[in-house]
Amino acid sequence: MSRLRDALERGEFVVTGEIAPPLGTDLTAMRRSIETIGPHCHAINITDNQGASLHLSSLAASRAALEMGFEPIFQQTCRDRNRLALQSDLLAAWTLGLENVLIVTGDDPRSGDHPEAKGVFDLDSTQLLEVAAQMNAGTDMIGRPLKGGTDFYLGAAMFPEAEPWDIQLLRAARKVEAGARFFQTQAIFDITKLERAVEELRPLGAKVIAGVLVLRSARAVDFINKRLAGLMVPEAIGARIKSADNAAAEAIKLATEQVRAAREVADGVHIMTLGLDDAVPEILEGAGLG
Amino acid sequence: MIITRPRDWGRIEANLAEVGAKSVFIMGCGQCATVASTGGEKEVLQAKTALEQAGYAVSGWAVGEVTCHSGGTRLETRKHFGDLEAADAVLVLSCGAGVQTVADAVKKPVFPGLESVFLGNVVRHGVFEERCQMCGDCVLDQTAGICPVTTCPKGLLNGPCGGMWDGKCEVLRDRDCTHVRIQRRLIEQGRGGTKLLPAKDFSKKLKPGSVNLREKKGGAR
Repeated sequence: MSRLRDALERGEFVVTGEIAPPLGTDLTAMRRSIETIGPHCHAINITDNQGASLHLSSLAASRAALEMGFEPIFQQTCRDRNRLALQSDLLAAWTLGLENVLIVTGDDPRSGDHPEAKGVFDLDSTQLLEVAAQMNAGTDMIGRPLKGGTDFYLGAAMFPEAEPWDIQLLRAARKVEAGARFFQTQAIFDITKLERAVEELRPLGAKVIAGVLVLRSARAVDFINKRLAGLMVPEAIGARIKSADNAAAEAIKLATEQVRAAREVADGVHIMTLGLDDAVPEILEGAGLG
Repeated sequence: MIITRPRDWGRIEANLAEVGAKSVFIMGCGQCATVASTGGEKEVLQAKTALEQAGYAVSGWAVGEVTCHSGGTRLETRKHFGDLEAADAVLVLSCGAGVQTVADAVKKPVFPGLESVFLGNVVRHGVFEERCQMCGDCVLDQTAGICPVTTCPKGLLNGPCGGMWDGKCEVLRDRDCTHVRIQRRLIEQGRGGTKLLPAKDFSKKLKPGSVNLREKKGGAR
């Protein structure tokens, strides 16, 4: 059984991390990252052509993490595959021992490194959650019985800080109806907005894992505000990182405060290190999770 | 209407060079391409000047009434039989449908002079926007008359996606998110909280589309 599911269902506060597979076939650096953050996490997200840019497939990288003894969260976006390929990969994931799946829309190809690619989006993320839930019930999306089904622990993404909230909430509620059992949020800067999301989603039967971003440098702040869709660092927080003598140290301090605050509110934290993997143990220890 | 835009001139010259054309006949279109200011009389004459300046002879020109209409275009080409005979190639300033109609009607090499870009709403004179992709499986009944298939850059039926910020689209940041607009209008109309839209049936839009009203059971495919 998925360790992530087990911990969340027991009410344990969970920690998840995130790894991007390489552009290429050399897994050395990815394995090093997994070794660094893996021991501190209940599970590690393995991204799927993150930022609409080419990487080795999440399927293979998730399996590599599993073989190293760490539990992956296989990410699947709707951008690159049609419904046949998506279902086929979900079946493959189950046979490879991948139990957690995070289903997201995916960034648009024009924001990535292959802007000339055709964005597929044959299904949207809510529809794909429904399909995965159907597989858990033993059929494919057209209702044909599977020879051997799945029992995925299904997750979805949400953005508690993006307004208008009523429409965000409606969307998140539909994802729960479709089969999502946990949410991993985008980066949280305003804890009251996280509280608001948790209060609404918990009664629906979903766990909320709060996203924490390690804003490692002034450049990272600018990059996020300019380039990453849907992630806006509030001015005060951006200024705090930018004016610090040691931006990385300040970012670790900030992330520690955020993890500590999220502990009081959410069901877990999802730490996105932007490459500062070594900071994970320090952040967790500082927040009393070490 | 069908929105077109001028094709890269270098590609047109390369096309003409491929067949060693010295003399060109130009065909425009009196419908969409005239309204889009890409293939009306004015643009046909501009193309004529450009070709002549590039050293080509222009044997003649015409602006077909409806260039995608097979019968009309055959008639138009017969009217200009002599000029077409004198041409080595034909340049068509219309959508791709018109180009193919002309290519069926004449025996010379026919080249597109425009790019066909979308089925457009005329927002005001000279301003066109894509609002319908002719998917054959309309969801406007469920989406308050705003098409997510076309106006959401990702074509998501259920949204917004994770990139929506402050009601704005993540891909085209100066635009309002289609899904926020849909939900807002549904709520205004007392139709909020609609159910999940199911996966789209792309078999309703298998290429090539065909409608034949003359067949007894004629219908759209």
